[in-house]
Amino acid sequence: MTSAKPHAIEVKNLEVTNGDVTAVRGVSFTIPQGGRMGLVGESGSGKSMTALALMGLLPMGWSTHGSILHDGVDLVTQSDKALSSRRGRTLSMVFQDPLSSLNPVRRVGDQISSVIRRHTGADRKVAEAQTIELIKQMNLPRPEQLVRAYPHEISGGQRQRIMIAMALACYPQLIIADEPTTALDVTVQKQVLRLLNGAVRDRGSALLMITHDLPIIAAMCDTVAVMYAGRIVEIGPVQEVFRNPRHHYTRGLLDSQPTMDNIALDGSSRLVSIPGMVPPLHSLPTGCAFNPRCPAATDKCRETMPELGSDGISAACWHPINVAGEVAAQ
Amino acid sequence: MSAVTPFPADARPLLEVRQLSQVYNLNRQKLFVPRPKLKVLDSIDFSVRPGEAVGLVGESGSGKTTLTRMLTGVERPGEGQVLYDGVDVWTGGEAHRKLFRRSVQVVLQNPRSSLDPRMRVGTSLLEPLRSLRIEGDHAARVLEVLDQVGLDKNALERFPHEFSGGQLQRIAIARALMPGPKVLIADEPVSALDVSIQAQVLNLLKDLVRDLGLSLVFIAHDLSVVAYTTSKVYVMSSGKIVEVGKPLDLFRTPQAEATQALVGAVLSVEAGLAGNALA
Repeated sequence: MTSAKPHAIEVKNLEVTNGDVTAVRGVSFTIPQGGRMGLVGESGSGKSMTALALMGLLPMGWSTHGSILHDGVDLVTQSDKALSSRRGRTLSMVFQDPLSSLNPVRRVGDQISSVIRRHTGADRKVAEAQTIELIKQMNLPRPEQLVRAYPHEISGGQRQRIMIAMALACYPQLIIADEPTTALDVTVQKQVLRLLNGAVRDRGSALLMITHDLPIIAAMCDTVAVMYAGRIVEIGPVQEVFRNPRHHYTRGLLDSQPTMDNIALDGSSRLVSIPGMVPPLHSLPTGCAFNPRCPAATDKCRETMPELGSDGISAACWHPINVAGEVAAQ
Repeated sequence: MSAVTPFPADARPLLEVRQLSQVYNLNRQKLFVPRPKLKVLDSIDFSVRPGEAVGLVGESGSGKTTLTRMLTGVERPGEGQVLYDGVDVWTGGEAHRKLFRRSVQVVLQNPRSSLDPRMRVGTSLLEPLRSLRIEGDHAARVLEVLDQVGLDKNALERFPHEFSGGQLQRIAIARALMPGPKVLIADEPVSALDVSIQAQVLNLLKDLVRDLGLSLVFIAHDLSVVAYTTSKVYVMSSGKIVEVGKPLDLFRTPQAEATQALVGAVLSVEAGLAGNALA
């Protein structure tokens, strides 16, 4: 680790709380310049709260603790005004549902060019020309007409491309994409992912991809962090983690994906499922939060919370699965 | 190797549509020009036999939802027939209509919006019996159905917000089972659920088909999910059925353009790790 380049983002011990409810309980990760990390988890795991904390967009009542180092400053200590001037410039976000995050009463072209004007100080003409250029890069048809459209006049896939164009407009160091394709049709999903993939690569930006969809992570990211009940339970290179998961939760998630293999079995085939459900934030079990659903849980798991190791690939588990697929006794 | 069919291959279809077409009038575009028309369903033939699980896939806008509305008797077709047990549900008389309404039940995509938030789960479960005027020992029926979907009886006194998405979808399935249906129509039943929960609900639907001899119509956009639960899949595109076949055949050798697009859209972890998922 001698590279002089700063990281795109360095999150240390992030906690997000509202009164005595804690949504994110000590999350740490780093994304290098141009790196791509996937954050996987189910609803209620705290993945979206992590993203909103990075953007400084937490809902009323929630507060952030820990540190988020980005572009030489700690975002946790920044004022609202300072954060506001960063959003869209050094870090930006693509939201899940473009219809509810675009302004319905402004033309999409104006919405993109106002981002450019705000952050670069370019005049209207220059910003409009850049907007048309951006829309062209998004493989959208007839850019000159499209800039004059309102969000409701274009399709879901086109809207999401407009969102991506807006997020990329000022060449941010980090782009956070929160379930960018969940609201889209399956056939459009792949096109949008391909576009996001290329656009992020061309700009040299780093990407934080938040999703519950493991295949998307496998296709887009080089590292992955698996979140469960507000903590990262396993983190490492995608190839390692998905091929040889160490945490039982990661393995459960991978096994419950319907694939060609278990379809090919006969009509009585069953998908492997993780029993039980994600615990609510206000009544987390003691010890490892996954212990009530875990096949390998012991008394130790019910008493003491396991921590992540410090090597490149690590799992917060007392009985991790080794490369041969066996459960460590310990 | 291939799916074992638990019903005689020549069995008569239980629920069937014949040459179904539906045209919607769109909003007027110009003052003196007739309103444009959109053909949302075009000569659809579709059938489910007793105990059979059938899938219906297609992109949004292909007409899946309109066909579901026809199958459940919510909307009257412009042309063609909807037959339950061989009798037209719209012209077959009051008694048959009543039988049809009991026998075909639906599970919707999002249980958070399909269950009344102010009604205790027990009341919600009794609702179909009340509205369909079904007599009998209701309390015993509720317990029987709860057992079938794997829920505890203390769920009855609670409200929907106290449950997770997966449990709520079980409750929605339980409510659909209450009147003792022969056909269950599930419209995107797992797409609002988390991955680890999806598998539980898919397994439950599969068990119900096997144990109760239910017919299942499974509507989804994700081919791999449909393929796992059903033994025959219809592919829809712009209001037409463009391909019918066994799920594996559709996966391996898709013929129609719409099927190829759907198969091409399936992302898998293996392809992603191999680095060619977005190629």
